[in-house]
Amino acid sequence: MKKDVQADETLIRQWISHSEADTAALAEYFAKLAHPGTVIALDGDLGAGKTKFSQSFAAALGVKGIVNSPTFTLIKEYEGRLPLYHMDVYRISQDEAEDLGLEEYFEGAGVSLVEWASIIPDLLPTYILHLRIEHTGGDARIIHCEGIGTPYTEWVANLPVSQ
Amino acid sequence: MNKASTSHTADAATKDVYILAIETSCDETSVAIVKNGKEVIVNHVASQIETHKAFGGVVPEVASRQHVECITLLIEQTIAESGLQAEELDAIAVTEGPGLVGALLVGIMAAKALAFALDKPLIGTHHIAGHIYANQLVEEIQYPAIALVVSGGHTEIVRLEREGRFQVIGQTRDDAVGEAYDKVARSLGFPYPGGPHVDKAAQASDTATPLPRVWLEEGSYDFSLSGLKSAVLNVVNQSRMKNEEVDSGSIARGFQDSVVEVLVAKAVRAVHEYGGKQLLLCGGVAANGGLRKALQASCEAQQIPLVIPPMKYCTDNAAMIGAAAYVKWTHGEFSDLFIKGEPGMSLEAWSVQ
Repeated sequence: MKKDVQADETLIRQWISHSEADTAALAEYFAKLAHPGTVIALDGDLGAGKTKFSQSFAAALGVKGIVNSPTFTLIKEYEGRLPLYHMDVYRISQDEAEDLGLEEYFEGAGVSLVEWASIIPDLLPTYILHLRIEHTGGDARIIHCEGIGTPYTEWVANLPVSQ
Repeated sequence: MNKASTSHTADAATKDVYILAIETSCDETSVAIVKNGKEVIVNHVASQIETHKAFGGVVPEVASRQHVECITLLIEQTIAESGLQAEELDAIAVTEGPGLVGALLVGIMAAKALAFALDKPLIGTHHIAGHIYANQLVEEIQYPAIALVVSGGHTEIVRLEREGRFQVIGQTRDDAVGEAYDKVARSLGFPYPGGPHVDKAAQASDTATPLPRVWLEEGSYDFSLSGLKSAVLNVVNQSRMKNEEVDSGSIARGFQDSVVEVLVAKAVRAVHEYGGKQLLLCGGVAANGGLRKALQASCEAQQIPLVIPPMKYCTDNAAMIGAAAYVKWTHGEFSDLFIKGEPGMSLEAWSVQ
């Protein structure tokens, strides 16, 4: 069962992104902090830039080569400074995702990046970094960063000031 | 992959080789028996597409469960219809990757059990090599050849310098073509699987919404579909915000024109650059009418022999796995009984020695 999250265990801030480079800067900031067992939930409409964020994150984590969309294969694994588990639950329901054994990835030796995470709220760990990318026209995005529990609230509290 | 004794190779020259092949990497459970890597004796495919329609996509657990339910029956039926005794089979081939690990494992376990029980060699096979060698079921592949692989999960240009040697010279940097079609279909409100609906709407439309072509750096054979997908979504959203009707035909045509133009141009350029004697079209998106027409026209104009397998060998099937496995057979390269599903299996690494 998931624990209840106390109000003082969450912190939300917004990252204003004017370009892909701004979004990449945010991805780099989080990639530097990532440790084994880090879980980052990514949400946002089709075309918001989830995969783009994941690519920047993977590059900053030291993953070499192409990181493409995991929509079809659901989970792709990469090797960087830490293993990266790139997941996408766009095609499936929470009930179906239950049998994927995602918890083994979440508790594994690497970093889990879950696109369309809001489809599977009950399967995510209690403490996560939740990023919601909002497309605000053209190249502009607002990235809502919600840290839930330790260490994610600190990550959000220490966010550099976005341009 | 172990390099085993070459006695099988010697046999191959004198005697017909029958390979039983199993494919369970995704939706389809399929079992086939292929003679000498090019003649399909039996090819059975049990599709799960009706089940997946209800969920709007491939569901791994449903996939694994359904593979388990029908795999043994399919194997029995395939052998029975072939007129062969199980002992007459020369090898057991199975898709080792890439794919959904739970689904792959069902086929792999069945193949290992069969290979062990019959004391026949096992050949773990690459799924994309299968799609490419589906062409061998149609006509003899001439090397060097260029393969354009387009499916739900793959968009690749592969160079085959000689038999069984694969070099991926281009691939998608984000979405696969089939996936982009599915996502565009969903934004236009078409039912799953959306690709054929987009194709149909595109071919029926007289107008095309102008959309960008993504060529990437000069000389690159890679693809990028996510920018085009975003452009489509922008058009759809703008129409909705203005309360205008979404012209799905025109958008589908604009999208398809853009995808096809880039695919065809890059594939044809690869044929010229590498002196390809043939262009092989492979994968489920080979069913796309717009792509076939454009590719046929372009290849005809430039006198490039184009090979497109019949649809039943373009979508996932075991016959193509038998065709690719035969290449390994002729080189005497077999797998051990320790193979497990490899979701991210490399095509280049699967090349013959």
